[in-house]
Amino acid sequence: MTTSPEEHIIYDGRIKMPYTWAAGKTSSYFLTQLRDYGRLWGTRCPDCAMVYMPPRKNCPRCVVTDTTWVELPPRGVLETFTVVHFSEPSLQPMEPPYIYGIVRLDGADTGLTHLVSEIEPNRLRSGMRMEAAFKKLEQRRGEITDLLYFRPEGGGRQ
Amino acid sequence: MTDIAIVGAAQTPYQRCRDDANFAEMIYEVTCGALADAGLGISDIDNFITVSNDFWDGRTISSMAVQDACGSSFEGGRNVSTVEGDGTFGLLYGMMRILSGAYQTTLVVVHCKGSEGNMRQITNGMFDYIYTRPLGIEAIGAAALQARRYMDSYNITEEDFAHVSVKNRGNALRNPHAQLAAEMTVEEVMASKPIASPLKLHDLSPISDGAAAVILAHRNVADKLGRKPVWVKGIAHCSEAHFLGDRDLAEAPALRDASRRAYQMAGIKKPFAEIDVVELYDAFSYMEPLWLEELGFCPRGKGGELARLGATAFDGPVPVNPSGGVLSAHAVLVAGLARVIEAALQVRGEAGERQVEGPVEFALAHGINGPCGQSHCVVILGE
Ligand SMILES: [Zn+2]
Repeated sequence: MTTSPEEHIIYDGRIKMPYTWAAGKTSSYFLTQLRDYGRLWGTRCPDCAMVYMPPRKNCPRCVVTDTTWVELPPRGVLETFTVVHFSEPSLQPMEPPYIYGIVRLDGADTGLTHLVSEIEPNRLRSGMRMEAAFKKLEQRRGEITDLLYFRPEGGGRQ
Repeated sequence: MTDIAIVGAAQTPYQRCRDDANFAEMIYEVTCGALADAGLGISDIDNFITVSNDFWDGRTISSMAVQDACGSSFEGGRNVSTVEGDGTFGLLYGMMRILSGAYQTTLVVVHCKGSEGNMRQITNGMFDYIYTRPLGIEAIGAAALQARRYMDSYNITEEDFAHVSVKNRGNALRNPHAQLAAEMTVEEVMASKPIASPLKLHDLSPISDGAAAVILAHRNVADKLGRKPVWVKGIAHCSEAHFLGDRDLAEAPALRDASRRAYQMAGIKKPFAEIDVVELYDAFSYMEPLWLEELGFCPRGKGGELARLGATAFDGPVPVNPSGGVLSAHAVLVAGLARVIEAALQVRGEAGERQVEGPVEFALAHGINGPCGQSHCVVILGE
């Protein structure tokens, strides 16, 4: 037996796995309406009357089918936010610093997690009125990012 | 009170990059450690639970990769089952399998190496692929949304959170297994690098590698096994909604529910007065006060005062995370079972330098899984 100095061998690996995920009927309706008309639809539970955004096939609390579509205005209240400073280019939609928020649209009982922009970070406050900014029609692809971000109601920083 | 006891336990030291051992070798290390602690041989174990996560291990069916190392292939193979979640969930499942009547003992093992994958990409992968994942948000960004919501709901400050980091990193100086241990000041925490507001570098737990193991035994055999049993007096698990926006992130109703059911099993009515030591899952500094509120240690919105006034200090009325907690070592999945092991050591009086003062009648351990503490397991241990 020959001896060799202790060495810790490290393997480099990468898993790249393609998927094609069906969005399902409920989300497909939401995404096509967002893409084609810039409209935001939630669902209402027939039992507890909760209005869900994003929309659901079934109410998670009552476990009954959410049968009613409710159009929600592209406006609401900022429930919480964070300014992201760390950098992860493989993941992040833009260069930090940028902002995430949860916005509860008027008439909805749940909040939508999304990006926030057109505002200086130090002016952000929970409870602020926000409005949705959409991508241009020809750029929309039936994705949640067809809603570009939320900005202060009445227009953000130019 | 349950019929299940912890009769053996072991954990690795936690470090950023454990490059001298692979997953299975870490599991072998804690398996041998737990058997030695219990005074048992592998032939005394008739059931095995492995806890792991495929994304973190970078392979499918990651639970299968450690079976040889934990001894479940002994004598041609024994019963083995698996959990993908926190180590405390593995403990609960292991208990259930003994209580089914089919087994007398169970070895629960858990491992994770945060250093070997990309934590941010992996935790982005826990969100739904239609509405949330395309935004690029991951565990830290989601936690920051919760921290802000909690602060704004009750006028809690970033300084309140900083006191938790100072306490837990200070406690870690007494724990030889801890990864981050330091005498720090509130000013140093406040001045640390912004990561995702309101969270700064020292509000975050580290990326860690490690493993842990616990041996459970039924009352029929626990008293005969040599090692003084630590009894599971109460245990409960609860989970809440998937979408962050469905929840009021300033509350944790799943933890409220789990803790009340665990207290009922253990016969605890006033947690602050009756529980002697707490080990909870503080992946971020703000989590400790929020979890303590929902565990019933103080009124809603008052959690920020606990660390600031010293109520949760090592020598305070209810020491919380005398080990240094998850803020001082965060091997994901492992961290919950590590809380159980720390609580068990406190009950035995064998926690060494980090042993709290006075007898420990009840110790509470807590584990979480999912973004912003979506699911919680509460474990009450006692003599
Ligand atoms: Zn309903």
